[in-house]
Amino acid sequence: MSTLTVVRKGGVPNNSVRDNGVRSRGAALGLLAWLAGIVFFLPIAWMALTSFHSEEDAATNPPSFAAALTLDGYRDFFGAGGGASPWPALINSATASVVSTLFVLLLALPAAYALSIRPVKKWTDVLFFFLSTKMLPAVAGLLPIYLFAKNTGLLDNIWLLIILYTSMNLPIAVWMMQSFLAEVPVAIIEAAQIDGARLPTVLARVVAPVAVPGIAATALICFIFSWNELLFARVLTGTVAQTAPVFLTGFITSQGLFLAKVCAASLVISLPVLAAGFAAQDKLVQGLSLGAVK
Amino acid sequence: MTTTTAPHVSAARRARTAKPPGRLRAWATRAPLLPALVFMIVVTQLPFVATLVISLFDWNALYPDARRFAGLANYGEVLTDPELRNSVLTTVLLTVTVVLASLVLGLGLALLLDRKFRGRGLVRTLLIAPFLLVPVAAALLWKHVLYNPEYGLFNGLLHLVGGPQPDWISSTPLLAIEASLVWQWTPFMMLILLAGLQSRSHDVLEAARMDGASNWQIFRYMTLPHLRRYLELGALLGSIYIVQNFDAVFTITQGGLGTANLPYTVYQTFYAAHENGLASAAGVLVVIGSIVIATFALRVVSSLFREEVSRA
Repeated sequence: MSTLTVVRKGGVPNNSVRDNGVRSRGAALGLLAWLAGIVFFLPIAWMALTSFHSEEDAATNPPSFAAALTLDGYRDFFGAGGGASPWPALINSATASVVSTLFVLLLALPAAYALSIRPVKKWTDVLFFFLSTKMLPAVAGLLPIYLFAKNTGLLDNIWLLIILYTSMNLPIAVWMMQSFLAEVPVAIIEAAQIDGARLPTVLARVVAPVAVPGIAATALICFIFSWNELLFARVLTGTVAQTAPVFLTGFITSQGLFLAKVCAASLVISLPVLAAGFAAQDKLVQGLSLGAVK
Repeated sequence: MTTTTAPHVSAARRARTAKPPGRLRAWATRAPLLPALVFMIVVTQLPFVATLVISLFDWNALYPDARRFAGLANYGEVLTDPELRNSVLTTVLLTVTVVLASLVLGLGLALLLDRKFRGRGLVRTLLIAPFLLVPVAAALLWKHVLYNPEYGLFNGLLHLVGGPQPDWISSTPLLAIEASLVWQWTPFMMLILLAGLQSRSHDVLEAARMDGASNWQIFRYMTLPHLRRYLELGALLGSIYIVQNFDAVFTITQGGLGTANLPYTVYQTFYAAHENGLASAAGVLVVIGSIVIATFALRVVSSLFREEVSRA
């Protein structure tokens, strides 16, 4: 592309043929990208459409693309058909995700401060310790945690999940926040201190404005991971503290005509994640790669 | 990039040049770190130690009185039990297939999205969406809405063109799980590789084009070497997440039809079969496998990290 612009600036008219060729190739690749996007999104679009169909229209073969739309699937999911209401599970998920995210921020912010703005000695080693805990599979610690919960009466208690989700997300949060706090220019902090500002003032007036967007993205990513978690929730909760993904496992075995209901349930329960994910889109890579990619 | 990394360097310099602080000052610097550190050690490291201890016992939860020290017998049993050995094989197969396929697809998509075209932001959003479904919901979507042999979308579309009506999950169970995971993980790979592509130096690329390098030469000799570490990072992080996958196996096949991977087997061994000792031994084996991957992963992350720090 760039060579062509240079050539065009040089005013050589013969290049217009090649220019057209490159441009149409560019258009074809753009079209291919669009096609790929549509193919990847198609299952979700189909799920959304099916959720608004009646159960009879949802289960036809060939599929009825233009069937009448209805909210029955959603009504059914929210318990109108006499099934269990999803609200307790949704509230449990919201509690576990929001409270554990708050705990994560509470623990990770001071830790990230001690790893970036006023670093301890060997701060990289500490950072890598946090990372290494994330790389050990959680399933290997599941049994002792289950036995501990059983013996202390914490089984089926949402607080147990809150503690565990905090530990799952803390390393990610420490890494992300460390990189966000490191973006605060040290010179400004020092200047504020020379002007006599005390630590709380420095944090509120100098550090916070730069770091808040990053902290918000970190919180959203922790929220997503907690909301999605299934294995621990499945093993450690029962009827009282079950979360939304555990509620969804109730749809694993077919129950007659239930496709619209499954689609409605999957969409409603994924909605908070979709919203949080798109809100954090720009920082998503950084969070998922544990801060390794900026 | 420079603005983000400069503080790293100055922070490190300050740590070096600071006067040797008194013991009190050192603890004051460390204090903000301690709650997080202690919390992590207690909640994540202690259970691993407990798992290690339990793995040395012959312990079925239904017969607690028969619990006795068994040494390494559980490991022998795990390694010789054909079902458990199969689950090791399944885990490797599942992880390698999903990581490689999503990496290749992700690279293709990242290359497409690295170019400017109309609606690029929207296409990016469409592509990320599969990654932002709750994993159980995504697995349910594939199991019931796409794969169902009677009214699933795949057979519905095949019906329209007069194709066959296969029973996807029964005939190719592992492939069915892999396809759903590739769909969810390709966006992840794409995001990492796209970040890699966009960190290339445009001056150097332009210089290469001026010197007459073809697109293929630029890709082969400049883009690919630059992307190497991003590919490694994607592969390793993907492996770490997919080795641990439980949701898709649990939802799509309930571990049946030879698709039980290690996390599912560990879950099954103690949750349904109550074999605490065996489950722990299998868990320790998962950890050993992960440590091998994690060692490489940590090396890649740390080399990227140090490059960021030193580039400033």
